[in-house]
Amino acid sequence: MSGHSIYKPQSPFMQWLERRLPIASLVHSSFIAYPTPRNLNYWWTFGGILTFMLGVQIITGVVLAMHYTPHVDHAFNSVETIMRDVDYGWLLRYVHANGASFFFVAVYAHIARGMYYGSYKDPREVLWILGVILFLLMVVTGFMGYVLPWGQMSFWAATVITNLFSAIPIFGNSIVTWLWGGFAVGNPTLNRFYSLHYLLPFVIAGVVVLHIWALHMVGQNNPTGVEPKTEKDTVAFTPYATVKDAFFVGLFCIVYAWFVFYIPNYLGHSDNYIPANPGQTPTHIVPEWYYLPFYAILRAIPDKLLGVIALAGSIILLAFLPWLDTSRVRSANYRPLYRQFLFLFFLVVIGLGYLGSQPPEGGYVIAARILTLYYFVYLLIILPLLGLFETTKPLPNSISESVLREGVPAGASAPPPAGAKS
Amino acid sequence: MNRLRNILLVCVVAALSAPTVRTAWAQEADAPPLQRWSFAGPFGVYDPAQLQRGFKIYREVCSTCHSLKLVAFRNLADSGGPGFTEAQATAVAAEFQVTDGPNDQGQMFQRPGKISDYFPPPFPNDQAARAALGGKLPPDMSVLAKARSYERGFPWFIFEAFTEYQEDGPDYIHAILTGYTDPPAGFSLPPGGQYNKYFPGHAIGMPKPLSDGQVPYTDGTPTTVDQYGRDVAAFLMWTAEPKLDARKRLGFQVMIFLIVFTGLLYFTKKRVWHAVLHHPELLESRPPTEYPRS
Repeated sequence: MSGHSIYKPQSPFMQWLERRLPIASLVHSSFIAYPTPRNLNYWWTFGGILTFMLGVQIITGVVLAMHYTPHVDHAFNSVETIMRDVDYGWLLRYVHANGASFFFVAVYAHIARGMYYGSYKDPREVLWILGVILFLLMVVTGFMGYVLPWGQMSFWAATVITNLFSAIPIFGNSIVTWLWGGFAVGNPTLNRFYSLHYLLPFVIAGVVVLHIWALHMVGQNNPTGVEPKTEKDTVAFTPYATVKDAFFVGLFCIVYAWFVFYIPNYLGHSDNYIPANPGQTPTHIVPEWYYLPFYAILRAIPDKLLGVIALAGSIILLAFLPWLDTSRVRSANYRPLYRQFLFLFFLVVIGLGYLGSQPPEGGYVIAARILTLYYFVYLLIILPLLGLFETTKPLPNSISESVLREGVPAGASAPPPAGAKS
Repeated sequence: MNRLRNILLVCVVAALSAPTVRTAWAQEADAPPLQRWSFAGPFGVYDPAQLQRGFKIYREVCSTCHSLKLVAFRNLADSGGPGFTEAQATAVAAEFQVTDGPNDQGQMFQRPGKISDYFPPPFPNDQAARAALGGKLPPDMSVLAKARSYERGFPWFIFEAFTEYQEDGPDYIHAILTGYTDPPAGFSLPPGGQYNKYFPGHAIGMPKPLSDGQVPYTDGTPTTVDQYGRDVAAFLMWTAEPKLDARKRLGFQVMIFLIVFTGLLYFTKKRVWHAVLHHPELLESRPPTEYPRS
């Protein structure tokens, strides 16, 4: 989005348009000529997948909104009307409900890739922080969407999560009443959640534009973590990245379709097919799977206020990764120690996810405390220290060198390029 | 370093597997035995004969207490359902009395059901149901088969994603209907409760609803509680998920499309990237780009 574009309008109309609104050259420079490192692996396709999922969620969501009634007496039945009487309503709803899950699958893969390859480091700090903001917006949007069917889990999730704000000293209860629009989760709550659930995806879309803008200012990171230096280090976005992204979106959709068509309720909770009943608390209130690690952190801490702080901190700390990670080497491929601690961190998050789904008692609480401790120790202590003490492996001089060092595949006739000096 | 990692890994595994003392969770109930369902698997479809038998059980037994508010008589003639004709569904509707109104005199009145009506509830409201049934409210049955489940726990829930197990609801309903036994020695049953080995907590409010030979079948199907339970559970799965047949049929078509399309994309990708991966020298003449140099 910066610098000159090599787009040259051919037709008289496009030339006319180019002088007035250079949108074609903007698209050309951003999505066609834009250079991407030639050594990107498939972990880099999740950005495209996320954009695709945002589109899917907005399109299905807008149509669902045409049939949904945001009222405590009608919400549950209006969702069932969508399932029964709206043409392909069952498809829209299952695509949307499972779409939320797959949106989070993609965002977790995207975040994990960023952490593994150090994509948050200078000069990509703002890009990374925008990403954390996007993740937070997704969490809020997903939560509000889960409340809309107004089943038992919807209602009690809304109650539990909004009640977290009551831990805030002095103003806590006033804030909760303000959030609810009353003295309990009720019709005003459902209405505002519906309104915000419709609004926030467009806020997400706006921040995505900023995220992509920031990305195009600094360029993509790559598996070596070494910035592209010559033309040979990059390939044009179209067709190279486009076709690769499209292929992986296809693979992703196969798994997604498996869930939508064959196990549409696998990721949901059966209690959410019981209409909301404020007088009856479910045996176990469990959030959607994508919140479970954070839910486990919340419950691991015996004090409510500290639990809420830990919950918020566990996400907000991620925004500070560019400064918590003191190493100058980006990619974990060249950081043997970091790599091990990071994989352990990923395992801990998965473990927390499992513990979040279990009742908060006995050994589960102890395990959750140990894993929560590691989560924060990793971010606040291990990460800053590692950068100071770790011996890293030698970095390749350039992307091309790393590609060629891995060897030109057998049977290829390419001689080592003469200009591989960097 | 490897040692440190191993120690940490062992800690994690131990922390995950240690809590074998599962207090409240484990007390809940036995796992329902798995049944064979015609609608299981990627090509599963409802068996109309079974749905008709299940409907018969609902009508003659369950409907005394349980409502089915989200299902209309017209649904009985929907494709992928019990396979009644429109005339048959109309006839079924006419056998029910439906409250309508108010009429021109401002009065509510009873009339025979029409095909567009929904199944009338057995009680005018929840309070009336509670008053008649000793304080217990029988749940509406429309989405019951999706609103009931049981935990198979780790690692089963991972396998279920691959084996496509979505029949936990009907399995549970069948288990409850066949799970009435005498309470084991020392089990104190609360007043008004029945012992059911599959019900969480074991004390269920519903009296044993079915007994062998209670509902006559005309197609030679055995009239046992086990068979009744299976038929009515299948019927309730249909009321909860009436578009299952269409969903699985469309799913197969979508899968074929996606696999072929993704396969084509794979070969396109391979073709496009061939030069980059195998003949990097050919890329030297690429037009200049605007990459910001660091």
